[in-house]
This record gives sequence, structure tokens and C-alpha cells, in this order.
Amino acid sequence: MDTILVQTQAFNAGELTNRLASATTAHGALVTFTGLVRDQTSDPVESLFLEHYPGMTDSALNDIVAQAKTRWPLGPVTLVHRVGLLYPGESIVFVGVTSAHRAEAFQACEFLIDYLKVKAPFWKKETTPSGQRWVATRSSDNAAAERW
Amino acid sequence: MIRVLFFARLRETLDCQELDLDFSGTVTELKADLAKRGEVWHQAFHAEEVLVAINQVMSKNDECVKAGDEVAFFPPVTGG
Repeated sequence: MDTILVQTQAFNAGELTNRLASATTAHGALVTFTGLVRDQTSDPVESLFLEHYPGMTDSALNDIVAQAKTRWPLGPVTLVHRVGLLYPGESIVFVGVTSAHRAEAFQACEFLIDYLKVKAPFWKKETTPSGQRWVATRSSDNAAAERW
Repeated sequence: MIRVLFFARLRETLDCQELDLDFSGTVTELKADLAKRGEVWHQAFHAEEVLVAINQVMSKNDECVKAGDEVAFFPPVTGG
């Protein structure tokens, strides 16, 4: 029913959305979030490497989805996170949530990405024109997760 | 024996991916033992924020590690 994946291959957010929509007829709301690799002129990024902790990452994602389901009455959920080498414009993460009504779906989608950012063992390393650097945590991400 | 794993920047700083150790005690005691392996290790475990998971579950410094456990140390996570 739920789809929770950690994968190196690219995914198509449209296809994931359609598949999720066709997985249920009992839910009137479907909210999705797609995270992309950024490249800004003020802060250029050539590529991004995503490291993870195999095993723990899968169980952390399953746990985060289970927590969302105790908070809101949800239908099927899709959570896909890529690892390995990614380039600007590519999708990193997809969160798709179904629910009977929109309020729960919006909230649960935001909860899932907020929790994933601070609780799932992924680490980003950027390659920039001036070398490689590990991405630092943002205090705003911690604050976003603490709201829930 | 316990297996100790290191990830991301911490793995690179220590130049170590995994260790098998004879150890039992708390996470705090394990960190103190690891910090004795050299200056780089001392710095890494004292100057930076290091998170710990025992058997792939996020854990705290006062928790106990026993034979057969997998203990992972890593920096704060940055996925999404």
C-alpha cells in the first residue's frame, strides 16, 4: 500500500503521483513535495553526492511514515529518496500523501519532509568550482521539525 | 566484540569506515576510548557534534553497548 524506497536511479515525480492517485479511490486529497538539487549563481554547485546508512535509512523512513499515520488519517503514502551522485535540476526526494481531505494531506506531507530532514541518516556532499564540502545542518530545519 | 561504523564527514576525518572492538559500557565511555586513538580522534569526538545509533536506532550517550551491537557515529543529518 505504501511505497518507501531508497534508490540510486532517477524517478519521475509525475509517474509517482499518478501511481499514488490510482492506488486509492477512497481519498479525495493528494499532496506531493519534490526536492531538487539546487545550483545558484551566487553559490554554484556542480554535483551532489548523497551518502546514507543502508538498513537504518530504510527503517528511519518507515518509522517516519508510521508516525505520520498515527497523527493523521492517511491513505497510501509514497516516499522515495535518492542516494549517490546527482546533478542540479535532478530530483532528490519525493513525498506523496493521500487523505480524505486536503488539510490532513498538506500537514502530513510537510511533517514527513520536515522529519526526514532531521531524522533520516542521509548526508550531502557538494562539489563546487572551489572544491568539495559537506553540507552543514540548518537551524531552520531543526526548528521546522520541532513544530510538530 | 562490537562493530563500530563511521559515516560522512566523520568517516573522512578519521579515515576509518569501521572497527571491531572488545567493548562493553556506555556510549560516553566508548567515545572516550575512541578519543584516545589519536589527536584527530580526540578532536572529532570533542569539537564536533557527533550523533550515535545503536543497532540502527538513534540513541543517547548514557545508553549501554553490549557484545554483538552495531554502533554508528555520524554528523547531524542533511537529507531531503
